[in-house]
This record gives sequence, structure tokens and C-alpha cells, in this order.
Amino acid sequence: MSKYMVNLKINNIPVTVEEGTTILEAARKLNISIPTLCYHEDLSVAGNCRVCLVEVAGAKNLAASCAAPVSEGMEVNTNSKNVRTSRRHVVELLLSEHNADCTKCFKNGHCELQDLASEYRIGDHVFIDLVKPQDKVVDISSPSIQKDDSKCIRCQRCVRTCSELQSVSALAVCYKGDHQRISTFLSKPLHEVVCTNCGQCVNRCPTGALTERTYIEEVWDAINDPTKHVVVETAPAVRVALGEDLGIETGTRVTGKMVSALRHVGFDSVLDTDFTADLTILEEGNELLRRLKKALVEKDETVRLPMFTSCSPGWIKFIEHTYSDFLPHLSTCKSPQQMFGALAKTYYAQKKNINAKNMVVVSIMPCTAKKFESGRPEMRDSGYQDVDYVLTTRELAMMIKQAGIDFAKMEDTAYDSIMGDSTGAGVIFGNTGGVMEAALRTAYEVVTGREVPFANLNIVPVRGMEGVKEAKVMIKDVLPEWSFLEGVELSVAIAHGLANANKVVQAVRDGKASYHFIEIMGCPGGCIGGGGQPIPTNPEIRQKRADAIYAEDEGLPKRKSHDNPEVLHLYKEFLGEPLGHKSHDLLHTHYKARKRY
Amino acid sequence: MSRTENLVSELVEKHGRSRNSLMPILQGIVQEERFLSEEAMIEIARELNLSTADVFGTASFYTFLDTVPRGKNIIRVCKTISCHMKGKDEVIEALEALLKIKVGETTHDRNFTLLTANCLGWCHKGPVMLINDEVYPELTPHKACEILEAYMKAQ
Repeated sequence: MSKYMVNLKINNIPVTVEEGTTILEAARKLNISIPTLCYHEDLSVAGNCRVCLVEVAGAKNLAASCAAPVSEGMEVNTNSKNVRTSRRHVVELLLSEHNADCTKCFKNGHCELQDLASEYRIGDHVFIDLVKPQDKVVDISSPSIQKDDSKCIRCQRCVRTCSELQSVSALAVCYKGDHQRISTFLSKPLHEVVCTNCGQCVNRCPTGALTERTYIEEVWDAINDPTKHVVVETAPAVRVALGEDLGIETGTRVTGKMVSALRHVGFDSVLDTDFTADLTILEEGNELLRRLKKALVEKDETVRLPMFTSCSPGWIKFIEHTYSDFLPHLSTCKSPQQMFGALAKTYYAQKKNINAKNMVVVSIMPCTAKKFESGRPEMRDSGYQDVDYVLTTRELAMMIKQAGIDFAKMEDTAYDSIMGDSTGAGVIFGNTGGVMEAALRTAYEVVTGREVPFANLNIVPVRGMEGVKEAKVMIKDVLPEWSFLEGVELSVAIAHGLANANKVVQAVRDGKASYHFIEIMGCPGGCIGGGGQPIPTNPEIRQKRADAIYAEDEGLPKRKSHDNPEVLHLYKEFLGEPLGHKSHDLLHTHYKARKRY
Repeated sequence: MSRTENLVSELVEKHGRSRNSLMPILQGIVQEERFLSEEAMIEIARELNLSTADVFGTASFYTFLDTVPRGKNIIRVCKTISCHMKGKDEVIEALEALLKIKVGETTHDRNFTLLTANCLGWCHKGPVMLINDEVYPELTPHKACEILEAYMKAQ
């Protein structure tokens, strides 16, 4: 059934849109820009900030265009004197409750409120400063995220993000009137509550109220210390988003430029997390096959299926809090970041004849939760903290600017060896469905001796932005040692965003769904939509990054993890075999139950 | 099960587990325990499958849903403009002297908490105070103390 169409005029320009469209959406169709703060494409409409006010002919009051639906014959003016004055007052009122310490703020230059103050040329403060001194106490308890209430304009994007996208609700609107605050349970510090450190709130905070904890200075100090050998690893999703913060078009792959820039910044060795992503596939793929064998052949009832992936630290903390009875379902594999750290300070140190004590491992991640992960007590298997500092994509962009590098003019160079080689399977870890696809490319071939039966190795059913995806792969004509898998239809599921993860776990727990293997990423779109990625984010931006990841995969000569020559070499020289003794010590771990409430 | 856990479970039994039940459950706890303890809010979140921050967000919105410990009897003197003009300051001073506490505090024996409240809707008969659910209009400092002494005797 076709939808009822509505005709209206915005600034005298006629436009026809579907019934139910808001004035804001209709205006955007005409490329008329209306400022917004509480509105976000990924979230429900709140209509509380009032900067999107417009004039509707015949209406007594100005309307909030993000919340007002269009109607037939409506005449909207987005640029009358009344609109401009009212918007200016709204911005001034917000500023009166905002700690406008702009030059000291981490978000200086990246703040939506600052942009509006600039656009409306806000000069003298006409309203008195109402920022409460107690709100200036910044919560830095979390290693991932810091919360500064004095910068908060109570738009509630973070609250909606945490509940709608992540089903965590670590933050809620508390108290009322001029006492209203966005708060955790009983105003506890962030590290004491159910926050998963995913950083999706940071991605959507229009001001500097929620930002990542930054470690840029610590990294500069390490680089400048001649006694330290500083190694950097870059996650798959960074290379398709970093350009956005450095003036390059969204969706552009900047892998080679990034590698050059990292050398100019001063890292001693520029290596790739994709290498350990490939390694993860060999460990995790074999773990899955071992679990299947134990369950199907040995009828071992202690083996838990489905197996869940364990790459996403936001997801790990979520399951620790919410479904601790499901912890045995998690793959014991560490995330690629942590595998990298553990190997850097053992294998790499040995090969390069460096004392691990003098090594500093820095990882560049699209993620804020990785900052928490690197500090976990479980992540010290090299004898030291395996990964010393984690920087977000955004922080790396800042460092590149500080170093005076003209990023666009950087030439493309390749990663260093050892631990710098990767395949397309490692790259696609950045997308939702990518770990699953990489795992299937390898596991299917291990079991049958043949490539996965999908054109050009592209396992299309596990791709795309649908919240929960399912796929089935028939396993036939297996190699003799895998005969127990003959005729088994491997059933897999993929979820991204913790609200979707929640649905899948609930379905499995209630017995409504049955799978062998489930990939879960904590952030919408997977790592390309991670909490450490350039701001802003929306479905269109995430799609462009995802497309870039698949293009990067297709452009690589090797696209299956088990073809990575450096990984094969690592097994031969150092680890022995997948799931072997050394792997067990360095690459696998267990997690613990945490309080849900 | 602790006393609070029992109470929450009784209230959940009575009002149900939907989000709509949150308010009557919170009110039920305050009725019995005079305030919402951390334990009570955690239990409610668990029973209703809400986040604790959500429960705290709702509780902290309402002045009458306290999240800090209160005395057995709560005195709330209206502080809004009509009562102010009719002498609520003197009433408060007299009550503070009698109870030996300041506004916002609770007596050592935990029998009384003295608070102020926004408009109680008795502007025509101010100044007014509320002791628990009982309204006392047209107060003078003397009258307020007499009323309170009766409560003190009853303890």
C-alpha cells in the first residue's frame, strides 16, 4: 500500500513527503539546514533542546521541527526573525548552564554547542552563569570514558543511546528542574556501575560532557624516551575512518597513508592488529571445531554451544554483568588487540632481541572499551601489561595533527614485519559479520579441503546492517578426520549493538533459537561504528566505512586467515599448533561474573 | 531473605512486574521504611527487569520518594511564598529549637526529620506543615510546637 503523500512549503519552496515525516526531515530533503542538538538519527525523538525551532504559519508557538510532523498545506519558515531570535536565546540559555571552558576542553573544535555559538555569533553572556561548582568535579574513575557534568546540556542523547542501542541503561535522567542531572545509579562513579565502556554515548554527546579518557601525552612521552622501543598496532576499522578526522572524504581507505604517518609520529615499528585477527581465526576456528567434536562425537555435556565470539570488550563486559551464566559459552580466545600485546612482548621481543621491559605497546582502536580491556588483570600473560596504551581513532588523528603531518600528502607505505602481514579475512573483522565470514572461510576449508561455496569468497548472507542476521552452511564431502561433521548444517547468527546481542542471548537462553556459533559486536555496524571512531556517526557514514572494509578485503592478494604467511611462520617457530600449550598460555583467557545491579 | 527483600517481593506480588508498577512499589517502600535504600532499589530493579539507574532516576525525580535515610516521622514545612509571608520562618525556627536539629536533619533517636516542601496547596490557610500524611494549617510557632510535642509524647 502506498503511503499518503503530504504537500507543504518550506521557505516558500514546495515539497512533497510521506505522511509522518517531520518538518526537519522534509527540510533536509530540500537541503535546508536546521540546527539540532538532542536529535540524532540513530535515536528516538526527544524534542527537549529546542534549537530546531521553526515558524509554522497560523500556529501560535514555534514548533520543534524534529518532533513536529508535516501536514497538508503547511507553510514553514525556518529563517524568520522570530526563529533566529528564539534559537539564539535557546543557545544562550544552554550556555548559561554550560561550563564554556572551550579552550581547555577535549572537544574544542569538535563541539556541536560551540559550533552553534559560533553560527549565532553569541557574544556577551546575557543570562547569568548557572554552572554549579559541584558539577565541575569530573568522573575519571573509568579508564575508558570520562564524564563532566558541567559540560552537560541534558539533551539525553547518551541516555537514549545506552537504553535504545545498548539495552544497558547505565545512565538515566535523575532529579528534576535545575537539579536535573544525567546520572548513574546513586551517582556512583562510572567504573562501579554496569557501563560496558562501549563509548556509544561518547560518539553521540554533542558537547564535552562525555569523552574518552585520553592517553596522548603518555604515548608522546614513550615515543620521546630513547630507552623505550615503542610498537604500534592498528585495528582493522581505523584505516577506513581515520581520514574523516583529517579532512578526507568519508569511506576513503587510508591504510598506506596511516602507516607512513605513524612512522613520522615516531613509532619504532608499525604493525597490524589484522595479523592477530588472522591468528584469532585459527585459534577460534579450531576451538569451535573442537567444541563441535566434543559435543557431537564424545557427547561431552560440559561443552557449551553455541560458542560466542570474544573480540568485542564492550560485549564481554556486558555478558559479565548481564548473563554471567553464559560465560562458558564465550570463546576463550583473547581479542586480537590482546593477542597482539601478549605476542609483542614475547615472540616479537625475542626475535628482535629486545628486553620486553623496555617495550611499550600502543594500540590504535576504533573503541573506548579497549582502554578498559588493556588494563584487565587477565591481560598480563607476557609478564608485563601486554598492551600499555590504547588510543582511539580520534586521538590518533589529533597526534597526527600535533606532529604537523600533512596527512593527505602522505605516500602509501606498507606495515613492518614481523606481525604486520594480514589477509582480507583479518580486515573484515571491522564489520559486523566479518569475524563470522573470516571464520567460515577458514573452518570450511579445514573441514572439507575446499573453499567456501560462495562466489569470490564473499559470504553475503552474513553481511549487512540488519540487527540480527542468521545463516546456515551445509557441510558435505568432508575430509576423513572430520567425518562426524558430514551432512551437518552449521547454523550461525550475528548481532551488533548490545540491544541486538541481548535479543539473541535471550532467545538462546529461552530455547527459542539454536545455533552453533554466534558473532557479537558491541557497537552498531561492528567496529566501524565503534565508540572511538570519528564523530559524527549515522547509518550512512557506517555504511560507507563498511563498504570500504569490503573493498580493502577484495584488494588484498590473500583473503583467508590460514594463508597468512607470518601467522604460519609464528606457529612453526613459536606457538607450535593452534590451541597448543603456548597458545593456551598467551592467547586464551577466562572472564568473571560481575554484579548486574 | 532480608526484611527489605521480603517487602519488595510482597509489593511486586501486589502490583505486578510491569514498568507501571514502579511508582506504587516505590511508594510502598517509602511508606514502610521511610526511604529507598540502595538495597531496596537494587531489588526493585531485579524484580522489574529495569536498570538500577532507571529506578534511581524515577525515585530522585519525586521529592516524597527519599533516597537518603529519614526519621520515623517526617515534618515538611511549606516554604512557598504565601506561607513565607505568613511566618513560616518563625515556625521553622521554633521547630528547630524544639527538636535540636536544622532543616534537612534527623534527630538522634531517628524519630523526626525536619524538611521544607514546595507549595502544599494550602495557601489560604498558611503557614502549613505536613507531618507524615497529616496537614496542620494556620500555624503559629507555639501551635506548631504543641502539635509536635503530642507526636513526641506518642513515641
